Amino acid sequence: MKVRIKFSKYSSMIFIGHLDMMRYFQKAIRRAELDITYSTGFSPHQIMSFAAPLGVGMYSNGEYMDIGMDSITDAEDIKERLQAQMVEGVDILSVTILPETAGNAMASVAAARYTVRFREGYEPDFELFDHLEEYYRQETLPAVKQTKKNTVEFDLKQAIYELSWDKEKQEIYMLVNASSSGNVKPGFIMEHIYHYLGQKPSEFAFVITREDTYTEDADGNLIPLDQITA
Amino acid sequence: MLKDEILLKIEKPARYLGGEVNSVMKEKEKIDIRVAMCFPDVYEIGMSHLGIQILYDMFNRYEDTWCERVYSPWTDLDEIMRREHIPLFALESQDPIREFDFLAITIQYEMCYTNILQILDLSQIPIMACDRTKEDPIVIGGGPCTYNPEPIADFFDLFYIGEGETMYRRLLDLYKEYQASDMTRAQFLHEAGRLPGIYCPQLYETSYKEDGTIAAFTPLYDDVPAKIDKEIVTDLDAEAAVYPLAPVVPFIKVTQDRVVLEIMRGCIRGCRFCQAGQLYRPLRERNVDELKEYASAMLKNTGHEEISLSSLSSSDYSKLPELIDYLIEECDRKKINISLPSLRIDAFSLDVMSKVQDVKKSSLTFAPEAGTQRMRDVINKGLTIDDILGGATTAFQGGWNKVKLYFMLGLPTETTEDIEGIAVLSNEIAKAYYETVPKEKRNGKVQIVTSTSFFIPKPFTPFQWAQMNTRDEFLEKAHIVRDAVKSQLNQKSIKYNWHEADVSELEGVFARGDRKLCRVIYGAYKKGCIFDAWSEYFKNDIWLETFAEEGIDPAFYTTRYRSDDEIFPWDFISCGVTKAFLLREWKKANQETVSPNCRMACQGCGAARYGVGVCREPKAGGNLSE
Repeated sequence: MKVRIKFSKYSSMIFIGHLDMMRYFQKAIRRAELDITYSTGFSPHQIMSFAAPLGVGMYSNGEYMDIGMDSITDAEDIKERLQAQMVEGVDILSVTILPETAGNAMASVAAARYTVRFREGYEPDFELFDHLEEYYRQETLPAVKQTKKNTVEFDLKQAIYELSWDKEKQEIYMLVNASSSGNVKPGFIMEHIYHYLGQKPSEFAFVITREDTYTEDADGNLIPLDQITA
Repeated sequence: MLKDEILLKIEKPARYLGGEVNSVMKEKEKIDIRVAMCFPDVYEIGMSHLGIQILYDMFNRYEDTWCERVYSPWTDLDEIMRREHIPLFALESQDPIREFDFLAITIQYEMCYTNILQILDLSQIPIMACDRTKEDPIVIGGGPCTYNPEPIADFFDLFYIGEGETMYRRLLDLYKEYQASDMTRAQFLHEAGRLPGIYCPQLYETSYKEDGTIAAFTPLYDDVPAKIDKEIVTDLDAEAAVYPLAPVVPFIKVTQDRVVLEIMRGCIRGCRFCQAGQLYRPLRERNVDELKEYASAMLKNTGHEEISLSSLSSSDYSKLPELIDYLIEECDRKKINISLPSLRIDAFSLDVMSKVQDVKKSSLTFAPEAGTQRMRDVINKGLTIDDILGGATTAFQGGWNKVKLYFMLGLPTETTEDIEGIAVLSNEIAKAYYETVPKEKRNGKVQIVTSTSFFIPKPFTPFQWAQMNTRDEFLEKAHIVRDAVKSQLNQKSIKYNWHEADVSELEGVFARGDRKLCRVIYGAYKKGCIFDAWSEYFKNDIWLETFAEEGIDPAFYTTRYRSDDEIFPWDFISCGVTKAFLLREWKKANQETVSPNCRMACQGCGAARYGVGVCREPKAGGNLSE
C-alpha cells in the first residue's frame, strides 16, 4: 500500500537539505513505529520517495513524499503518530492513502505554486511592482537555461501559468511548470524579471515559499498532489 | 541565530542550528546554572562522542541546570565570525557562550589543543585563565588528555580528572554558593580545587631542574591536595550512572550515526602501549538485562537504523553471546543494522559476523600491532601467530577474503626483523588463504590491507619512559615495510598504508608535555594553527617555527631518555594504577616478558583500591594483593 504525506518546512529546518530531510523522515518513521515497507537484502531500506526536492533556504507549505506500507491503520492515525515525532520546523499537513493506480509522487508532479517575498534589507530600490503587468503581458519571454552540457533558449512565458502580486504586501505569486521535463525555479523567474527591468538581484534578495505542488488530473486540470482520487 | 545570508553561504548550516530531535530546551528564567558542553572539533565529530551524550543527559536531569552543546565552527564560519565579531553561541538557545556559567570542554586527543583556543577566542573569553573575572564562565576540561593537563594548564580554570558522573553535582552546588555570595573567583577556584578529582592549575607551582625536567610540583596552599585521585563510577548500573536513553539525533550525517551502547569500562588486557587500558581500570561491566532495555529504548527514541557496541575489548564482556543474540533478534525484526566493534576473531565472532554482515562485502580486522612474537611479547599483546592464522583460516572457509591488519612502528626495542615481520605476517595470511580456499571457490584474490601508525608514548602507560622515534626514523621504518612487502611472494595481494609522521611527532610532544608548552600552543594558534587533527589544515612549518621562537626543543619531549626516577608532569595525578606497577611493566617489556591479563592473575597494578569490577572476581591464577 502506498501513502502520500504532505508536510511543511519552515523555521531553521529550511536549511536542512533534501538528503538530510530523507534521513530525518526515515528516523521519524521508525520512532513513530509505522509499518513501512522495507527492501530486501543485508541493508534493508525504507520504500520512500519525494515529489520534488526543495532547495536549501526555501520554505514550503506543500511538500510531498510517498511511502510504502505493509499495513495501515487509518490516515488520521498515521498523521498523528508522525506529527508527534516532528521537530519545530516540519509539520505533517495531510496523509492520504493512495489508490492502487496512483503514479509515484515524483513522476506525477506538473506544477508548483510559490510566494516570493523580499528579505529584510533587500527590497527592490526601483519600481518593480508597477512593471510586472507589462512584463507578464509580453507574448514571449525569451530565456536561456544552462544545462550540464550546453545552454538552451526557451520561452519562459510557457512555463509561467499564473503570475500575480500584491504591491502593498510586497509579495509576488506564481504558478509554474515543475514537471521533470520543464521545471523552472522561482528564483530564475525573479532574476529574469529583474533582468527585464535592467536590474540584478542579490543572491539573498528573495525569500521563497513553495505553497503547494500539483499534478494533472485526467481532464488536464492542476490539482494538489494529495487531492487525487481513483 | 546566524543571519540567513551566513547560513546560506557556509557549508552544512545544520552544524549550527540546534533544534535536533531530543535536544533539550529549558526556560532560562527557571535555571540557576548554564553549562556549555564543548567538543573542540567540528559538529560531525563532536556529535559522535558518547561521553558528551552521557554528561548532557546527566546535567539536564538536574532541575537547576541547563546543559547545551557547542562545537568548533568550521573554517568557513570561523572566518566570518572573526570578521563580523560574532560571538560563539550554544546550539540550543543560540546564546553567546560568554554568558554561560560553565564552559566544559572534553579533550579527547592532543591535536585539538589549538581548537580549544579557537573556542575561547570566538567566545570572547580571555584565553588565559588568570585574566578571567567573575563575569566569565568557569572553563573546565575533562577527558583522557586531562590525565596530563599540563600543556594546556594555563587556559583552564579547572580540570575534572576521571569519570564525569560522580563529582559535578558537588561542583555545581559550590558554584551556586559562589554566585549567591561575595566569594571571589579565586576563592571559588580554591574551594573547587579541594573537591575530589578536581584540579585547579593556578593552585600549583612547578620548579624545574637545570636539565629542564621537573624538580618539584607543589600546591601553593596547605589545604590543596598534592595528589589528585581520578573519579570513578563504582557501580555502572546504579542511579548515578544512568545512561542517555534519548540521545540527540543530528540532521546531518555524523561520524557515529547510530545508537552506541557502552557495555563496559576498563580493560583487562594490559597492552603496554595503550593509555585507555590503564586510565579506565578496573574493568567494570554493565548488567546485560539493563543493556537490553537500553538498546530497545534508544532505538525507539532515536529512530537510528544502526546500533553499535562500545568498549575497549568487547570480546571480554562476559555476557556477550547473550547480548548479541538479543540484539540480532531485536534488530532483525526492526530492520536495524548491527555494527560490531573489533571483536577477537574466533569461531564465535565469525558466526555472529556472518549473521549480521554481508560476508562478501565485509572485512576481517586484526590488530597484531607488531610483526613478530618477540615484539608482541614486549608490548604484551597476547595475540599469537596461531590465533591470527587460525582465525583467518576459519574466516576464509566462511567466505571472507578481505583482511585489514593494524600495526605500529617505532615500538621500544624494535629491530629490523620486527619491522620486516609486518610484511612477513601479511604474507603468511595471504598464503593461508590460497592454501585454504581451493581455486574454484575463490572469489578473486585475497585482499590484505596492512596499515601502520607510529607509536607515541603516552602518560600512565609502561611505555611512558620510552624514547619516541624521530620523524625520519619513522619514515625509514615505513620504507622498510614497504620494501619488505614488495619482496613477499603474495605481494600483489597486500596493500600497504602508513601514516604521516609530522603530526605524530607533535602529538608525542603534547602527550608527555609540561606547562612550558602552553606558550607554544598559544603562539602557534595566534599564527593561524587550528584543526591540527585535519591533515589539510596541519601546518607543521608554523609549529616548528614557534618552537624555535619560544626556545623549546620538541626532542626534549619525544626522543629524550628518561630515567626511572624522573618526575613526570602528570605524576601528581593518580589514575589508580601506581607508578611502581608501570615501572615493573616497563622492565618486563625490556625483558620480553608478558604479563597475564586481569582475569588470569592480578598483577597488583593498584586499581584494586576501588574494590570494584574485575578486581573482585576470583582469578584463574590466584590473587596478588596490592
